Amino acid sequence: MSIVTRDRQGQPAGSLAQRRSLGDRSFQVLTLAAGLLVLVILVLIAVSTSQQASSWFSAEGTRIFTNTWNPSAGQFGVLAFIYGTAITAVIALILAVPVSVGVALLLTEVVPHRWARPVVYVIDLLAVVPSVVWGLWGILVFAPWIQHIYGSVGSGVGGVPVLGALFGPPTSGASFFTAGIILAFMVTPIVTSLSREVAATVPTIDKEGAYALGATRLEMIRGVVLPHSQGGIVGAVLLGLGRAMGETIAAALVIGSSATITAHLLAPGYNVPSVIANEFGEATGVFRSALMGLGVLLFVFTIIINVLARTVVARSARRGRGA
Amino acid sequence: MAPAPSSQQKVDLREPRSWRRTRNRIATALMALSFVLVIIPLGFVLFTVIAKGASVINWSFLTRSIPPNVLPASFGGIGPAVLGTLEITALATVLAVPLGILGAIYLNEYGGRRPLARLIGFMADVMTGVPSIVMGLFIFSVWVLHFGFSGLAGAFALGCLMLPIVIRSTDEMLKLVPDALREGSYALGATKARVTLTVVLPAALGGIVSGALLAVARAAGETAPLLFTILAVTTANPNVFSGANTSLPSQIFVNASSPYVGAEARGWGAALTLIAIAFILMIAARLVTARFARFVR
Repeated sequence: MSIVTRDRQGQPAGSLAQRRSLGDRSFQVLTLAAGLLVLVILVLIAVSTSQQASSWFSAEGTRIFTNTWNPSAGQFGVLAFIYGTAITAVIALILAVPVSVGVALLLTEVVPHRWARPVVYVIDLLAVVPSVVWGLWGILVFAPWIQHIYGSVGSGVGGVPVLGALFGPPTSGASFFTAGIILAFMVTPIVTSLSREVAATVPTIDKEGAYALGATRLEMIRGVVLPHSQGGIVGAVLLGLGRAMGETIAAALVIGSSATITAHLLAPGYNVPSVIANEFGEATGVFRSALMGLGVLLFVFTIIINVLARTVVARSARRGRGA
Repeated sequence: MAPAPSSQQKVDLREPRSWRRTRNRIATALMALSFVLVIIPLGFVLFTVIAKGASVINWSFLTRSIPPNVLPASFGGIGPAVLGTLEITALATVLAVPLGILGAIYLNEYGGRRPLARLIGFMADVMTGVPSIVMGLFIFSVWVLHFGFSGLAGAFALGCLMLPIVIRSTDEMLKLVPDALREGSYALGATKARVTLTVVLPAALGGIVSGALLAVARAAGETAPLLFTILAVTTANPNVFSGANTSLPSQIFVNASSPYVGAEARGWGAALTLIAIAFILMIAARLVTARFARFVR
């Protein structure tokens, strides 16, 4: 098409390339170095934190995945934290995903363009509230308030077989469930904005086709929008999962800080990022190394989830363009 | 079709009421409800922070030193934390924004579709998902263990968080600059570096600045990367390059887990200050976008 396009695909422009000035070439090297910095940082994170964690891995071996967290006795099994991370992230996603997809569909399919803008602003505001402010509000306002609800829910379902085990008494305001709710608030903007982007790429002609066949809006959404944006929404949910697993300060304040494995969702618990945040300051030796190791686990998990998410999103975007 | 009768009746063309239509209504109502569910916590948080914070905040609160937690709200302020947040965030911006813009220039102007450029772009996306606490642990092990706690270490950690965000937003903006502009300057004999610096970057400036401001807003509110890099001291430390420091988020975190009423009140005041800073940055980003938007989608 043009000189520039060919050049950008990496073909040097013949013998002219040899005559590029020193300044021009050094600028290119500079930008390349800045780009490579991303890879360097990621590799350095992996190497340096694993190095710091090595004494934990070698001291505990496979016992790191047991449920015996007792720093004063030198026992550093972290299963309880991994369990807490999984539980809170799942609660957050169960609460946040339907709401986020609902708002995304509301924005793309229902609300006229003019009105969509203020709604997007509101979602952006939600993303701007800092994690620590959610935590402050969570522990001082939200947890005491929801404690009452937990209390009545707990006494209500106390005898019921499954619900009693999940939500029965005794209950605590700072718990797995409270952390899950706060995380849900923080995950919502990410899942919403990504789902919205994907839903906006559905070709108008497909939607109009569905309407022309007499479909209602709901039928059009189920028949056209959702199948088309399935992959993107899955990617958005995965990104939300990564965020929910790694979000630290808000969870650290409202989760209750108790290293226990229990099916009881209204009981205080702990997760990986909060135990690092709360205990790293006083930790030394193998204790510090164990917390570093938790950081390594968290890093590996979130990298895997993010790579998956980005791959899914990129693949569905390519398919979307092809359709 | 039968010919229209001469005495024309009013025909109701609307679909008859049916279960399909009712379901459609229910679905629409559920979508509206989900938006309400988003607004409620947001409104609740903002209301609480403003209500509890506004009664504490005044000029002397923002500038006075941090008192012991036991003292009531009328004593002292959060001066050192405001200073710390401003200097650490500014330093992080100075480190991360130029590097991020250069990285994006590589991706968009030099890398194109080469495998290396695609790998870097992909990994920048992945890096935005790295938990902020991991960045704190990373800087702790490569910097703090050797050089001690300092504002600089905190700025490194925040910079690592900002870098991929800046790369991504700048890359998006550079993609919007029309190739005709580049070709025009090449035709005049300019080198690639010159074209990039004097034609492409100025054309995308508004979007780049606005993306950078949003990255700064995100970084200014982060606590986790600062916990093990600057600690949270109560004295002001104007020297950002050495010695433990403090910041608004760290101070809020400390105060939130304190049992004293005065500390809580100062926590709310600090929270309102922090939210105000984040909102100002966000509004500035919107204004910049509106003012300089030359090539919008």
